Amino acid sequence: MSGPSGQLTSRIDWISVGLYALFVLLGWMSVYSAIYNPESPLGLTDAAFYTSNAGKQLIWIGTSFVLIMFIFALDFRFFESFAIFIYALFILLLVAVPFLGVTINGSHSWFKFGSVTIQPAEFAKTATALLLAKYLNDPQVNLSRFKDQWRAALIMGLPILLIVGSNETGSALVFVSFIMLLYREGLPSEYPGLLLGGIFLFVSALMLNPLTIFLVLLIIAAILVLVMPIYLQRMWQTYVKLAVGISVIMSLTMLVEWVVNHVLKEHQRNRIKVLLDPGFDPRGLGYQVTQSKIAIGSGGFWGKGYLGGTQTKFDFVPEQSTDFIFCTIGEEFGFVGVAVVVILFMVFLWRLMYLADLQRSRFARAYGFGVVGILFFHFLVNIGMTIGLMPIMGIPLPFFSYGGSSLWSFTILLFIFLKLDSHRSDMLSR
Amino acid sequence: MFEGRRLILFLFFLTVAAVFVGKLFYLQLIDDTYEKAADNNAIRKIIQVPFRGEVYDRHGKLIVYNTPVYDVYITPRKAYVADTNRFCALFGITKGYFDTVTRQARTYSRVRPSIFLKHLSKEDFARIQDAMVDYPGFSITTTAFRTYQSIAFSNALGYVAEINPNSLKEQPDDYYRQGDYVGVSGIESYYEDVLRGQRGVKYRMVNSNGVEKGDYKNGKLDVYPVAGQNLYTSIDIRLQEYADSLMMHKVGSVVAIEPATGEILTMVSAPSYDPSLLAGRNFSKYYQKLALDPLKPLINRPPSAYYRPGSTFKLVQALVGQQLGIISAGSVFGHAGAPVKCHVHTTAHNDLHNAIQWSCNPYFYHAFRKILYDGTTGDTYERSAQGLKRWSELVANFGFGRKLGVDISNEKRGNLPSVEYYNKVYKGENTWKFSNIYSLSIGEGELVVSPLKMANFAAIIANRGWYIPPHLVKGVGPRRTLDPFYKNPVSVGVDAKYFPVVVQGMQDAVLHGTVGADGRIPDITMCGKTGTSQNQKGKDHSVFIAFAPKDNPKIAIAVFVENAGFGGFAAAPIASLIIEKYLKGRVDRKAVETKFMNMSYLANVVYNRPAVRVKPDSLKK
Repeated sequence: MSGPSGQLTSRIDWISVGLYALFVLLGWMSVYSAIYNPESPLGLTDAAFYTSNAGKQLIWIGTSFVLIMFIFALDFRFFESFAIFIYALFILLLVAVPFLGVTINGSHSWFKFGSVTIQPAEFAKTATALLLAKYLNDPQVNLSRFKDQWRAALIMGLPILLIVGSNETGSALVFVSFIMLLYREGLPSEYPGLLLGGIFLFVSALMLNPLTIFLVLLIIAAILVLVMPIYLQRMWQTYVKLAVGISVIMSLTMLVEWVVNHVLKEHQRNRIKVLLDPGFDPRGLGYQVTQSKIAIGSGGFWGKGYLGGTQTKFDFVPEQSTDFIFCTIGEEFGFVGVAVVVILFMVFLWRLMYLADLQRSRFARAYGFGVVGILFFHFLVNIGMTIGLMPIMGIPLPFFSYGGSSLWSFTILLFIFLKLDSHRSDMLSR
Repeated sequence: MFEGRRLILFLFFLTVAAVFVGKLFYLQLIDDTYEKAADNNAIRKIIQVPFRGEVYDRHGKLIVYNTPVYDVYITPRKAYVADTNRFCALFGITKGYFDTVTRQARTYSRVRPSIFLKHLSKEDFARIQDAMVDYPGFSITTTAFRTYQSIAFSNALGYVAEINPNSLKEQPDDYYRQGDYVGVSGIESYYEDVLRGQRGVKYRMVNSNGVEKGDYKNGKLDVYPVAGQNLYTSIDIRLQEYADSLMMHKVGSVVAIEPATGEILTMVSAPSYDPSLLAGRNFSKYYQKLALDPLKPLINRPPSAYYRPGSTFKLVQALVGQQLGIISAGSVFGHAGAPVKCHVHTTAHNDLHNAIQWSCNPYFYHAFRKILYDGTTGDTYERSAQGLKRWSELVANFGFGRKLGVDISNEKRGNLPSVEYYNKVYKGENTWKFSNIYSLSIGEGELVVSPLKMANFAAIIANRGWYIPPHLVKGVGPRRTLDPFYKNPVSVGVDAKYFPVVVQGMQDAVLHGTVGADGRIPDITMCGKTGTSQNQKGKDHSVFIAFAPKDNPKIAIAVFVENAGFGGFAAAPIASLIIEKYLKGRVDRKAVETKFMNMSYLANVVYNRPAVRVKPDSLKK
């Protein structure tokens, strides 16, 4: 395995690996805390331990280590050469899942092999990132051209369609994060700008009534007119343009209202209502968020101490160990704990971006930014929803959340990049 | 190209992170509604232990019920005591106790309740109830003690105690938790599942003052407790008390059964103990004391003590011999040729009736010899084995050597020697014969019975050939359900026509046979048989079985008095008093009553006796 740059061990980025290990450990501790019962604590020697979440998670962690070994054993060129096949395989699996899959927790998106269940949507992210990176590796591709933008959109769009088709809107939204990859690789700034503007408009449309938005737009238009050069003020076309702009925005606002009430499903609508109005039905629809906020809020500055949480026991916060694992950290380690986790995540993302920009191959760099985008999106949505800033979606916190599919897919996602990174000096520069 | 975009992206990340940290800062440090909500919302898992079923006697008199007591719990994180001295005065505890217990509780967990003070009475609870509002972090749970109306019914009833670690580990269905109360012996243990009911669990939102704020998830997770079911026993508590008082200063057992139903009227184990000693907060103190008592008051002797039946067993021989067609009412055996001695009585015409009346040892020696040898072939060893086989099969029908199935958890099998048994003892087939085992003929040797078995045997004779398995509980719960096992008669396989001679012999044994004047009831025809049960060390045990009246019997009884000597001396008068009391509702023979209530045989008791040893030895009646 030794290449021109020396031993593999000296080429691996141990900072990233260390942070990964730390996140996995903290996650496992939180899973254990959620099942911990002081009246009968389970030890490693108890058989019951291995049927508990903490025991199973330990097995997932062990198998993840095997996956890492496997990834490092592969030739680094494999991922680039086989990107299209990997992508095709997961597209096939996504097509097959409605027919051959099983239903777990109301989501018909799992394959079952013996006692192991796998959610192909979790792995489709990695496959898509690989293919996007592979596509961008072609020096001819220029993302400022509409033709290439359209092709990139196709690569992203296919899995999105299939996942939405199997009713996993949350997982499909993750693919939006590839906008960061594309942006880094030259997508014009208008696209992310439009995306942020659209989100802003969507939220505004939900929070404010149309009249308010209309008045705000009028005031903005008036200010624009006032600061504009005199010659523009005198041209009638200016006023037409402004009127058209206001009309378009107002129509979109109305459209949002209509989409929320007619396109979104009941549970999606309710999640948005809960987000906008924290007091909405705290014992019913708003229950999860309310309890999550109570759990985190009750942690205070130092937290209640490890295993000392009271709110995060008894399945008090639903999906305690999967989507709401951040609550456990918030309750038991307090503000100090959550702030440290947020900061470590930032350090981790920065490190990965820094490594990505060191890559000589565009494939490795693009893939690196794909990894960063996916991780950040999960971070954003998962923590956001536990503190009431995001609507509730079934989005796990990378490396922390309980679950085999989730841990494996993030491990594979990350370590393919670290593998590529360990060979960066072997790669041809573009 | 576009290297600067990494920074732009990261600035975006940082913005999001800053918003998150800001929101977390607000949630965790600024806005204390969530911290308060956590207290307000704290889920309490409230275990609701239903009251244990009550126990009634056969006439509907309450014997055992529950008294609520109150346990105080402390949750250190929430506990606040402004004035420790006042607090200690209120609870009647010392400052030292307060400090120790709160420290222990803090060590265990700051957020989980620990026990602070156990078993407050209703009066104490009423006194502190109002003041509790001033002391957040202290909560109260109600539990209950068993309370007993009578001190005379304790061994058969059993007691209730905290489950021990072994039982906790070995329980099949994972129901009990540490500190749970469970029936330990007697019917408390046998009927544990119906008595305990089903524990309930309630998830409640409780605020920091312990005030409940409503159901968690609208009670969706709650499990409602199911009350324990009452037991309606067959015990006649007045008779039980009377029998208990007669057994004062003695070691032994009394079992009385209603022959027609198999219902146990009285089951006394002497010495006994006051059941309330084991029901309170001083359980461990008294339990230690009772467990170390050399007279073993905790043992329930009637179903579990080992005795030889002595001469009472001659009745079995008389019935089995007739059923096998080997002896008849007219069979006559003399005293000559027997290694066993007999009391002086007329042997002019020593028939079966006479032999029972006078408990003639040689008669049954000869009879048993015939039972083994008649109609069998081969040498004496082979004939003994063949004879013993047919004999033991028939004797087993009476319940000897096996469990009768009484509804008490510690019933013992006893021993009825079989061919296999002797082959094992004498190490090989055809190694023993009648001359080795003739003690069986008069109920000694390797025979081991319990007082319960002998009472059941008395009931079999009273019924002339059948019994219903003896039981203490005649109905469970509001519908008084009873296992069909305790309803169906069991035949012993001896024809009713063989009984009259035995019954007549028993009647005459009481009137002018082995039973003395103290054992006769002037206006009741009692049929009985004395026995003297040998033991290796110390004086013989006095045994008596009887039923009365002779026709349509209402009560069958077995009395064992340890180390009291000849059966007619102690056991027979005590049995006669109990029968008189039961049939007439009063006892007219006051002098006899007083004599036997005051009589003590404790001086004869030899402690640490070895178990009955297998060795044929000299015999008495």
